[in-house]
Amino acid sequence: MSTAQVTFDITPRTAPDVARARPAGVIHDVVAIAGRSLRAVPRDLEAIVPPVFIAFFFFIVNIGTLENLTQNNIAGFDYTAFEMATAVLLGVTGVSRAQALVIDVQNGYFDRLLLTPVRRSAILIGHMVADVAVSATLCVPIIGLAFALGIDFHAGVLGVLMFIVIAALWSLAFAGFGYAIALKTGNPAAVNSSFLLFFPFLFLTSSYVPRGQLSGWLDTVAGWNPVTYLLEGMRSLALTGWRWDDLGKAALALLVVFLVSFSLCFAALRARVNQR
Amino acid sequence: MQTTMRHRQEDLYQARDVEGTTDTGPSAIVAEGLTRTFGDAVTAVDGLDLTIRRGEIYGLLGPNGAGKSTTVKMLCTLLAPTGGRATVAGFDIASRPQQVRLHIGVALQDVALDPKQTGLELLRLQGQLYGLSRREIEQRLVELRALVDLGDALERRIETYSGGMRRRLDLAAALVHNPEVLFLDEPTTGLDPISRASVWQEVQRLNDDLGMTILLTTQYLEEADELADRVGIVDNGRLVAQGTPNELKRRVGTDVVVARIEGDPDAAQRALQGVYGVAAVESRDHELTISVDEGSSAIGPVAIALHDASIQVRDLTLRTPTLDDVFLELTGAHFDAEEDRS
Repeated sequence: MSTAQVTFDITPRTAPDVARARPAGVIHDVVAIAGRSLRAVPRDLEAIVPPVFIAFFFFIVNIGTLENLTQNNIAGFDYTAFEMATAVLLGVTGVSRAQALVIDVQNGYFDRLLLTPVRRSAILIGHMVADVAVSATLCVPIIGLAFALGIDFHAGVLGVLMFIVIAALWSLAFAGFGYAIALKTGNPAAVNSSFLLFFPFLFLTSSYVPRGQLSGWLDTVAGWNPVTYLLEGMRSLALTGWRWDDLGKAALALLVVFLVSFSLCFAALRARVNQR
Repeated sequence: MQTTMRHRQEDLYQARDVEGTTDTGPSAIVAEGLTRTFGDAVTAVDGLDLTIRRGEIYGLLGPNGAGKSTTVKMLCTLLAPTGGRATVAGFDIASRPQQVRLHIGVALQDVALDPKQTGLELLRLQGQLYGLSRREIEQRLVELRALVDLGDALERRIETYSGGMRRRLDLAAALVHNPEVLFLDEPTTGLDPISRASVWQEVQRLNDDLGMTILLTTQYLEEADELADRVGIVDNGRLVAQGTPNELKRRVGTDVVVARIEGDPDAAQRALQGVYGVAAVESRDHELTISVDEGSSAIGPVAIALHDASIQVRDLTLRTPTLDDVFLELTGAHFDAEEDRS
């Protein structure tokens, strides 16, 4: 009698792996969006070069104009170190991807992002993370110029880092207004007009001379302008070292601007997403 | 491969808490009374009822302004409905939009690309946002390269692409994550005939090979005829008819006689009433579209009836019905005329 042996292949057969969408996680979303924003920066240099040029220009011109006047009247005053904070804020205020965001809205790419499972807030935060990185980078050549002009930074290396952090956070806080306008209007011209906010914030304050030299209405307005306290905090790092009361006021001023601008921009984001 | 993939799609539906089910099994898309108004004056979509089976290519056909794109935007969670409800891939579009987004791919009417990125960067970012691993993304890029047929242009910035290249890349972006349901909103508008044929081929392949459910809106009759398993005709935000292209055409009759006449079209219509084999007559300007049961038998009596009524016939054509004839019968207007009006 013969026997026949039949073998069955019981190895599970599976279809080729098919990539399927899954939630990526908020940090992953933010990193992906920020990466895209950062890749766009060198392709969009016209958004970066003018502010740096303005910062350099006013830094040099103001030193030439006011250095002798201030240093002759205030004993031991270092005008270059004093003016560095103004130059840095001139360079980083208004640096944001809000213009890119409004173009995304206009050309439909914003909708393409909304069609993905990306968290809505991550779209905004990703841009903002890129803004912080860009602003911090822009501080470096301006501070470098100040060192080349011979300043003595009293708070040391950590103080320089803190100086850059404050400037970058200010840039971010101010950018909130641009994002709010971008999301609210979807209009690039309106976003450009947010630059107008730049003038009261940066010129109705102690931009060019110490607060004590201001008088009358300008002194009153400067007292209400958060940038005054921001400048004083940053200047304290350069001129005197770590003065926590000045830094505390700077942090509070930042917080106030953050609360206002971020409330506006996240409300605008909600409105744009919810109308859909 | 084809069977396995189709089974895999079915398993996915059965594994989840499926909300859209019919007696034929889970449906890919179910809309019940779906409505969208803009302000008080404009009702873009007006109580749309729709059931699309999984693995089906469904063509939503209608002229500009009929409500097709608004319907798609609601189903893909870009636009909130103001009335009714809908499920896509088994998930409610209002209460579980995030789940819907994980299971759909969308190519909107206007290509939605970032011109500053390269094609590869854009596709990689899409993969990242859908949570694909780096290995999966690179694998998909290899597969999608063949689809978009852009060659080395994928490494170039999108701002350098032609309209057709952008359209193909937009489609690829919608497919990065192998969606279960694909929405294509007028995917071939603005494409040259060769690119259009290529998109048709790809849509058919996605459906055949992957069992992908595809909702396609179009204003091209031949596109719906060529691609769709079933067609829904939308007019003024309402679904006025649906069925397979052949079913819809049979509503008009077996054949159509088109008569271009001189004289009074109303008189011509009256003359054709009761003529043997004539099922319906529609007129536009000096053209009569006559639905008949059997064209070869009816064309003679039609010619005689018009002659007897002293209607001068410039030409008489016998043809099979088209979706345009269906649209004409349902809405009283030709498809292109509706488009012009809108």
